[in-house]
Amino acid sequence: MGWKRKDLLSLQDLEAAEIRDVLDTAGSMKEIATREIKKVPTLRGKTVVNLFFEASTRTRTSFEIAGKWLSADVVNFSASGSSAEKGESLLDTAKNIEAMSPDVVVVRHKASGAPALLARHLRCAVVNAGDGAHEHPTQGLLDLLTIREKKGHLEGLSVAIVGDITHSRVARSDIHGMKKMGITVTVAGPPTLIPPACQELGVKVSHRLEEAIAHADVIVMLRLQHERMESGLIPSLREYSRVWGLSLDKLKHCRPDVLIMHPGPVNRGVELSPEVADSRYSVILDQVTNGVAVRMAVLYLLAGSQPA
Amino acid sequence: MSLLIRHGRVVDPASGIDGVQDVLVVDGRIGTVGPGLRAPQGTQVIDAAGKVVCPGFIDIHVHLREPGFEYKETVASGTRAAAAGGFTAVACMANTVPVNDNRAVTDYILAKARVEGVVRVYAIGAVTRGLRGEQLAEMAEQAEAGCVAFSDDGRCVMNAALYRRAMEYALPFGTPLISHAEDCHLAHGGVMHEGFVSTDLGLTGQPAAAEDVMVARDIVLAELTGAHVHIAHLSTAGAVRLVRDGKARGVRVTAEVTPHHLLLTDEAVRDYDPNTKMQPPLRSNRDVEAVLEGLLDGTIDCVATDHAPHALSEKEGEFAEAASGVVGLETAVPLLLDRLVRPGRLDLSTFVARMSSGPARVLGLPGGSLAPGAAADITILDLERPFTVDPAAFHSRSRNTPFRGVTGTGAPIMTIVGGTVVTP
Repeated sequence: MGWKRKDLLSLQDLEAAEIRDVLDTAGSMKEIATREIKKVPTLRGKTVVNLFFEASTRTRTSFEIAGKWLSADVVNFSASGSSAEKGESLLDTAKNIEAMSPDVVVVRHKASGAPALLARHLRCAVVNAGDGAHEHPTQGLLDLLTIREKKGHLEGLSVAIVGDITHSRVARSDIHGMKKMGITVTVAGPPTLIPPACQELGVKVSHRLEEAIAHADVIVMLRLQHERMESGLIPSLREYSRVWGLSLDKLKHCRPDVLIMHPGPVNRGVELSPEVADSRYSVILDQVTNGVAVRMAVLYLLAGSQPA
Repeated sequence: MSLLIRHGRVVDPASGIDGVQDVLVVDGRIGTVGPGLRAPQGTQVIDAAGKVVCPGFIDIHVHLREPGFEYKETVASGTRAAAAGGFTAVACMANTVPVNDNRAVTDYILAKARVEGVVRVYAIGAVTRGLRGEQLAEMAEQAEAGCVAFSDDGRCVMNAALYRRAMEYALPFGTPLISHAEDCHLAHGGVMHEGFVSTDLGLTGQPAAAEDVMVARDIVLAELTGAHVHIAHLSTAGAVRLVRDGKARGVRVTAEVTPHHLLLTDEAVRDYDPNTKMQPPLRSNRDVEAVLEGLLDGTIDCVATDHAPHALSEKEGEFAEAASGVVGLETAVPLLLDRLVRPGRLDLSTFVARMSSGPARVLGLPGGSLAPGAAADITILDLERPFTVDPAAFHSRSRNTPFRGVTGTGAPIMTIVGGTVVTP
């Protein structure tokens, strides 16, 4: 099918066929990474601006590599040292960047809805690289690509997402993407980290780790931010890791072919024990590799398939 | 100087009138209301055939922003907006800069209103100095200067002991305390109503309980002190229940609801439009039904707009960062006529009561009826007039409305204050 969207803002917006389209395209992009010369001319003469208002190393680097392998000119704009620190509004910053004629703007912002706001005001394509606790669609897509590669299919699988669901944009993108692809999703965490009316997202909610992971084909462990303790949502990291951390011991009751995923960066010893992070179940580095392929696919579909 | 409003349908719930009658105004006061009145020599005659003639509408909750935020609104622009929207009087909140927590600021606002005000302006004084919730404001002097109520609106007085003392201290003035009922710990960080929509949008929610807990506290304190507490912008089903119960037990509690809490739910936030961000936030469908029921059965005494003007730059960015509040003076009457009165969900007589006699009674203001001798504050409605909400045409200095482009039928067409037509 032909790609028709101007922007990629969320997986909630996408149809299953569009998700499949991105995954298929990403599959063929992966081959480029195996070449000696990792570059194709697809986006030559196109400009991609990484507009990151929130610290991020891996997502920004991943987009940067993706753009460069496709021969786009990639420019990084980070909020520190920029006009955003001098009190310029988000819209003004964006309009200034647009005046330099980029083809794609990749946005990371702490405010949910910020990419949607930019998409309404900018003529160029906008890619959401994570907005507040809303969505992180390319993470959702790379998770799907990783699962499809490892399991051979998506339909009918069962995934457990464990940890701080309330504050996680990864959880929301995973939930929407996985549901659309026919996956059964269970979310699990202490009740203080499960958002209100969460089951209305179409997921099962569990407050017991063992129950949530017992039959899962895939377990997605989320990063726990330390400030959750200060805001009184959990008593201590120690207790969290004992109750909600994944250890080899707890994995004993899981399926022998279970996959462990994590969007990174991992808090070793908190949500994942080091043994689990390095175990044969872990596909965390495959996720990182697939991240580049998925972002190449997204940049290509948004900027490359338009008539020049 | 006299004025005769002829052949209109006079709806004056306070006097038990609903029928085609004439209203004769003499020297700025209501002279006679009755059929077939004759106009004395030199009388200005207004033909109101097919129109509805009501006691002037009173909005007891507006932010005129002066002094301090004249770029958002002034006494002049805010009262023009009021007149355009069918209101003959407004009461303005204390969260200006400087705060209206002393007589000098009250005097300033009321002097501005005398010179530049288009409709009547009543001032509401702060409960605590600087709205900081730590020390009582000089309420006695402010009451003397003309403040008709006290409120830290925009903030909740979290210290229950201090609020209790404020209620007691204000007893001799006969002025109510107006409560911005929001437990700041329960609401902490929340930028919209907590529910499925906040989960879906990834925005931090604040639970309805943040309001309910504080309404419960205020009713308990009113019972303890015998004071009159008025709940500002009541928005939850739980708060309706609490106020209903308080009234049934004889506690002196009254309440208002805004047009936006009667007409919109949290679903309106889905586009992250900062014009749907306000305090309290837009609630669930269940809450919207409950506040309408409360308005109908009298649990809620009046509609108040919480007219909260903000400049475009404060309302066009990230939702979480945007200022809270929407303008309401110029949209309240048309929207309520179209969405509630026209489909029969709110009868015209109750609507008029909640816009006129209801708010007058809450704050002990003159007005709210067309009884002979009363000041001739009159609002005339045309129930058949089509309207489109066009922020560019607002008389307010601000445009922050969630109703941009909405169309409907029914609008105020004339506003009369003290016998003078003031419609801009």
